[in-house]
Parts: sequence; C-alpha cells; structure tokens
Amino acid sequence: MAVAVPREGQRRTERLERIWKESSGLLGWLTTVDHKRIGILYFFTSLFFFAAGGVEALLIRTQLIAPNQSTLDPATFNEMMSTHGTTMIFFFVVPMSLGAFGNYLLPLMIGARDMAFPRLNALSYWIFLCAGTFLYVGVFTGNAPNAGWFNYVPLASRTYSPGPGIDFYALSLIFIGISTTAGAINAIVTILKLRAPGMSLNRMPLFCFAFLAVSFALVFALPALTTALVLLELQRMLGFHFYDVVFGGNTLLWQNLFWIFGHPEVYIIILPAFGIATSIIPTFVRRRMVAFPLVALAEILVAFLGFGVWAHHMFAVGLANSTAIYFAAASLVIVIPSGIQLFAWITTILTGTPRFQTPLLWIIGFIIVFILGGLSGITFAAIPFDQQLTDTYYVVAHFHYVIFGAAVFPLIGGIYYWFPKVSGRMYHEGWGKASFWFTFVGMNVTFFPMHILGLAGMPRRDYTYPPDMGWSALNLIETIGSYLLAVGLLSVFVNLAISLFRGERVGNDPWGGDTLEWSTSSPPPEYNYAVIPTVSSPYAMWDREDRERDAELLEQGRKTLEEGHETAASTAVDAEWDEVLDMPSHSPWPPLLALAMAGLFTFVLLERWIAAAIFIGVMLAVLAAWHGGEPQEA
Amino acid sequence: MLVAAGIVFLGAVALLVLARVRRDEPGLPLFGENERANTALVLAFGIAVPVVVLSALFVIANLVLLSDTDAPAADETALTVEVVGHQWWWEANYPESGVRTANEIHIPDRTSVNVVVHSADVIHSFWVPELNRKIDTIPGRTNRVELYAEEPGVYRGQCAEFCGLQHAHMALRVYAEPAADFRRWLTQQAEPARTAGLGGEAALGKRYFMENACAGCHTISGTQAEGTIGPDLTHIASRDTIAADTLENTPANLYRWIQNPQSIKPGDKMPGLGLGARKFHAIVAYLSELR
Repeated sequence: MAVAVPREGQRRTERLERIWKESSGLLGWLTTVDHKRIGILYFFTSLFFFAAGGVEALLIRTQLIAPNQSTLDPATFNEMMSTHGTTMIFFFVVPMSLGAFGNYLLPLMIGARDMAFPRLNALSYWIFLCAGTFLYVGVFTGNAPNAGWFNYVPLASRTYSPGPGIDFYALSLIFIGISTTAGAINAIVTILKLRAPGMSLNRMPLFCFAFLAVSFALVFALPALTTALVLLELQRMLGFHFYDVVFGGNTLLWQNLFWIFGHPEVYIIILPAFGIATSIIPTFVRRRMVAFPLVALAEILVAFLGFGVWAHHMFAVGLANSTAIYFAAASLVIVIPSGIQLFAWITTILTGTPRFQTPLLWIIGFIIVFILGGLSGITFAAIPFDQQLTDTYYVVAHFHYVIFGAAVFPLIGGIYYWFPKVSGRMYHEGWGKASFWFTFVGMNVTFFPMHILGLAGMPRRDYTYPPDMGWSALNLIETIGSYLLAVGLLSVFVNLAISLFRGERVGNDPWGGDTLEWSTSSPPPEYNYAVIPTVSSPYAMWDREDRERDAELLEQGRKTLEEGHETAASTAVDAEWDEVLDMPSHSPWPPLLALAMAGLFTFVLLERWIAAAIFIGVMLAVLAAWHGGEPQEA
Repeated sequence: MLVAAGIVFLGAVALLVLARVRRDEPGLPLFGENERANTALVLAFGIAVPVVVLSALFVIANLVLLSDTDAPAADETALTVEVVGHQWWWEANYPESGVRTANEIHIPDRTSVNVVVHSADVIHSFWVPELNRKIDTIPGRTNRVELYAEEPGVYRGQCAEFCGLQHAHMALRVYAEPAADFRRWLTQQAEPARTAGLGGEAALGKRYFMENACAGCHTISGTQAEGTIGPDLTHIASRDTIAADTLENTPANLYRWIQNPQSIKPGDKMPGLGLGARKFHAIVAYLSELR
C-alpha cells in the first residue's frame, strides 16, 4: 500500500466503476440494486417511522403526565399505544437493523460486492415502504389499529372492533412480512455463499453470526404471525370462525400463534444489537473478543431457544401448571447464552485498553441497561411473580429496557461508528457524548420508575388513572424523562445531519477497525472491493499482510473479476472458491412489483375482490417482465 | 431475589468501572494477559453462577411458591364466587345463595374463597394485587383463582388485560369481612328489591326506570327490569361506588352518571338517555332507595 497510485490498479478500478455504475439522480435511487443505496433508503425510511413512533410515545406520556387528563380521548390513546408498538417493532427496529445495517454492512464485512439477490433486495425495500405507508394511511385517515400491538381476539374481531383499523394492522403486517422474509433469506444466502474465499465460518465476524441467527429466526417465526393474521382476516372479512368460541373456534389460538412469532421476535430485535456490540468493542478496546467461539455459539443458541418460551407471555390465561413450569424452565435457560455474551463483552473491555469514544459509550450504556432489563426479565420465568406483574407497568419497564435500551442503544452506537464509513466524514465527538448522556439519563428516568409503578399495581394500557392511587408523582417523572429522552435522540440526528455537510473528512479507517469494511474507501465504491479480499482471521483488517496482498493482486489483476457485473461465491462452511457469479444490475421492476402489491392489499382492505384479482394479474405481468428481459452484461 | 439481582448488577458495573480505571493496562488484574483466565471468567459468570442462582429461583418460585398460592380444589373451599368480566364492569354471582351483584365482592376473611371467572365478551383479567395473582377471563374458558384475605378490609382490584375503550375504568373492590358480617350481607343481598313504601319521587323514578331503556339493560329483582347488559341494580344503594369503581356512590354522582355517562366513561355501553333533569332526579331517588 506504500506504493504511489499504481497505473495498472487505477485502470482496473476505473473499469470496475464503469461496469458497476447505476443511473444517476432520482431514477438511480428508484431502480438501484446496490446494497449500500438500498441500506441508505432503509435507514431514512425506518428513521421516519422511528420519529412517528416517538411522537406517538410522547403523546402517550403527555396524556399520563397527571391523573384524569384529557389530552387524548380514550379512543385516540388506544390508537396511539397500538400504533406506537406496531411501528417501533415492525417498521423501525427490524428494518433498521436487518434492512439498513444488514444491507449496508454484511456484503462489506464478508468481502462481497452485493447481496446474493440484489433485485429481491430492492423489492424488500419497496415492499417495506409500501407496507409502512399503507399502515400510516390508516393512521392519518382515523383508522389506526386500536387493539394493542399484540391485538388479542376477540377484542380485535369485527364484533368489538368494527372499524378498518384492525384490517390496516393485519394487512400491513402480512405485507411487510413478505419484505422481511425476503430480506432474511437474502441475508442467509449472502452470508453462507458470498463470503470472500478464506473466510470460513470460524473466521466470520460475530456481527455476521448475529445476523445469520436473526435471519434464520425470522424465516421460521414469521409464518406463525402471517398464519395468525390470515386467519384473523378470514374471520373479519369472510365470516370464518377460527377464533370465535361460539362456533367452536379458540380464542387462545391467536395468542399461541402470535407469541410463537412474538417471542423469537424479541431476540430478532436484540440480536443485531449484540452483533453491533461485538463489532464496536474490539475496535475501541483494541483487542480481539474474549471467548469468540462461545459468543458465536451463544448468538445462535439465543435465536434457537427463543422458539421454546412463548407461553411465558400467557401465564395468566390459566395454563396447566405442568405446561407453565416447562415454559418457565425454558425461559430460565435462555439467560445462560445471554450471560455468556454479557460477560464476554465485559471481560473484553476489562482486558483491553478502551478508548471511551461515542460508539463505545453507547455500548457501555447498552450493557448497563441490558443487565437491568435481563434481571427484570428473569422475574417472568417465576410463574407466581409473572402472574402478579404481567400486564402492569413492570412489563412495560422491562421490555423498554431490552428493546429500547438494549436494542436501540447499539443501533445508535453503530450509526456513530459507521457514519464515517458511509458519509466519508466524522461526526462531532463532544455532541456525540452529550447526546449519549441525555439519552441514557432520559431513558432511565422514563422507564425505571415504571418498575415501581407496576409493583404498586398500575396496569399498562390505561388511558388514565385515579388521583388517589399514589401513582401521580412517578408518572410525572416518567413524562419529564421522556422529554429528556426525545432531546437526547434529537441531538443524535442533528449532530449527524450537520456533520454530513460540515464534518471533517476522514480516510478509509478512522478507528483502526477490525473488519473488512474499513479497508475500502469511505464511502465505498459501487463495487465495494476492487480485489476480492484475502481473509485469514475474523479480524481481517488487523491482518496487515493480507491487506497488502490485496493491493498487489490489484496490480496483477488477480481476483478482480472485471469481466462483468460479478462477485465471488464460495462454499458455505470452509469458504473455498466456488464460482464467479454474474450479478443482476439496476432494474425498474422491483418498485413496480411492490406498487402492484400495494394495489392488491388496498383492494383487499376495501373488500373489492374483483379489483384485487386484477392487481394479482398486474403483479404476474410485472413478474413476467422482470424475468423476461434479463439484461446480459458485457 | 432483589439482593441477588443487586449483586449481579453492581458487580457488572464495578467491572466496567475497573475497565475505566485500568484503561491503559491490557490484561486482567492479577492474571494479566491470559486467554484461559479470560475464558474462565466468562464461563464462571456466564454459565456456572447463573446455573446455581437460576436453579434455586426455579425451585422456590415454580415448585414451592406456585403450589402454595394455587387455586384450591373447588370442594375444599367454603365459598365459591363466580366473576364475569364485561366491557367495562364486573359481575359477581354467589351460586350457593343466588346473590348477584356487581363491582363489589364481599368475602369472609381468613377463608379460602374459590373464584371462578368467565367473560361475557372480550378477554379481561381479574386482579386484586394484594390478595393474589391475576387470572384472565377468556370467552369459552373457565379459570379459577383463590382469594384469601388475612385481614378484614377493602382491597382494590382492576382489569389487567387491555379490553378496549374503558379498560382504565374497570376496577372493583373486594370487601373482606368477619364471617358474621359477611353472612348478614349475603342474606340482605339475597332479598328481592324493595318495592313497597317507596317515597313519592322514588315511586315516580321507578316508573321512569321501567318505561325507558334502563330496564332493557339492568336487572332489579322483583320488578320487570330483567336486562343483563349492565350491572344488577337490585341493591345498588348498598354499594359504595358506581360505574366500576369510577365514582363514589352519592346521589349527586349517580345523577351525573346516568344523566351523561359518556362524559365520565367515553365509549361506555351505557347511553345518555336525555330524559331531562326531572326524570333523572326521580330515577336517582328510586335507585337511592334500593338498599
């Protein structure tokens, strides 16, 4: 790398640039299949939904600032709390982690030039955008869902929720489920098949292990949700009776199906955060992760065990004791892989030489709130405690510690960490630290008192509460905390927005990062790597000889794949060179197919069956066009 | 449990503080750079310690405590109360004596009471935090929970499963009384509603009650009011609260409630009938006589 810009190498990178170039301007963004641009689209779209969910949360907290308030009427309150949960889980955290982080970083980390299925990837994004828009058309036309994010029947049946709010909920979740499933399959194939030759599974970064585990969990968990939702819509629209006890249906069928999805979903939300933590920690403490194989195993184990614990959400429905005890035991077992990861992070920080810069601060904050959330979570594996505390503010406190504190803190830490890679500029460190402290304090002031309120008997989802219960002071504190939290989060994004234009320009590797993405330019070129990188450990960027070898190979024109729109495929376990893949280039069909699907869902919502059938025809036509005119690369 | 949790939390924070203090020194304190010591630390705190602590927790909570607080077999208890969750109030029946009331459940103290719960519409959850765990009321299912009050007193309960618009105003009270007081209450509640000797305005109120939609939804035993949509009002005046523990039961509050229930519980099933002040006052006078 010490050599001055080599002639041959430059000629090759220019050639690659020509091959990988996409359309410019708006058309470029609409037809892109570049995983980085799709990642950026995912980022901004899910950020929008984060803001929407945040506004809903602030409205909820403002209503609860004091007893017997009427800032929101009960109908609006129920809509806000239902939409808040649905938005944050389905339209913010998962698209942000899998869509934005996964898309942008996975191919870079494994030394690939794109995701395995670039057009499917674009389709995933456009479906996500359409499904989110679909839900929010409901919200803005006064038809927001109002039966809570887990939408129990029979409250969610037409008898008790006659309006279309529940249909907006169910259809938008079926819709986005398609996007998430496609995204997960794409990630699995990408991770298993596109790793740079040499990156055998035991040399794969822990970030990729986490995303692999999450993707598998999604593929197996989502069908349970989709099934539950389809049965619900068949009941609501066509008079089926799956959940209707009067006609022999079963109310608890919904709860079982929902939580068979819903509990794995908790780990789906938090595992990417674990992956981000295991990326940030080695870089900032300047050493390799302690107990690497244990952590990799723990990540996979968490995703797997998450499927065996769902009924601990249902301890108050009157399960047989033997059933409840099994699920309680399974829930306790999950603590162990989480404990392994936790102590691996702490030991790594302890034995390293940490630099407490903004990304690491968010990870330390994450570790602290994750311990609190984990400890409060253990109470739910003790059946009598669970049955006392479930559906109270104690649960609300617990899951905001784990899915806000523990999942979103690393996401923000990760945004700071990879901001220089994506933008080519550095954020403002002082503001970065300040934003962390605002958010950390705000988060704890908002959610910690909820534990106490739950223990004092305050049920969740009450639009108001009586003044003589002794709950008023803590509610006031929580609301103030939520405003502080909002200021903290806002300062994160103001910092980044300003830095995007004014930040100091940085080189490839401002942190001394450990993984491959730091070896390419900031921002990376369309083709990511001119040479398919050589890998001999999970900390590829710290293997200086390999990186120097890449530069030599570029000069020699080896492993450059400059004959076309190509990337390398390798074997799934040992990552031996397998074949050269001809990758598809930009295409207008993914957004058009997503639009046709949006048409289908809209007419299903309106119960206009003929129009819906026409849109199925349109979808088939778009699919035919998609597959008919595959452009051949020169 | 709280102590164990406190130790884990403070221990972890202490390690992070130690990491800050030793930020320029690589390796563990005492052990230095020793990958085996590092892994041993992870195995000790990530596996060994949790296995011991969690096993203890499991045995205590899920084997011992669970059976101690379980609903007793139905034939082992002195009293059974059937509770039915409605949007948004609680029906309470005493099958042995035929008593039917709402939102205020009386039980004898120091007695194991078998509570059998059902739902009339959506899922609710019957929860009196000071007396026992919560139990969901689910359409098509029968669940049971034990209520046991060591001390006489009034215990507040509340619906704990989100059940729609007025979930927040679906509370109840459990009155634990000495056995003799409880018997007296039960005998009094078993009587039909008072019909004779009503005052002039109350008699008028009774007529308005029966002529209007009130009688379609509420039962007053001994009269032609036999509705089952709303609470049984046979002995409404003997209760301390109305509208599922939302308002204190005073004539003024009762008037406010029946005259415009939607201003107090927006979305409630009880409509404002717009009968005019004179008729509402008469109905309040009638209901106030139903002790």
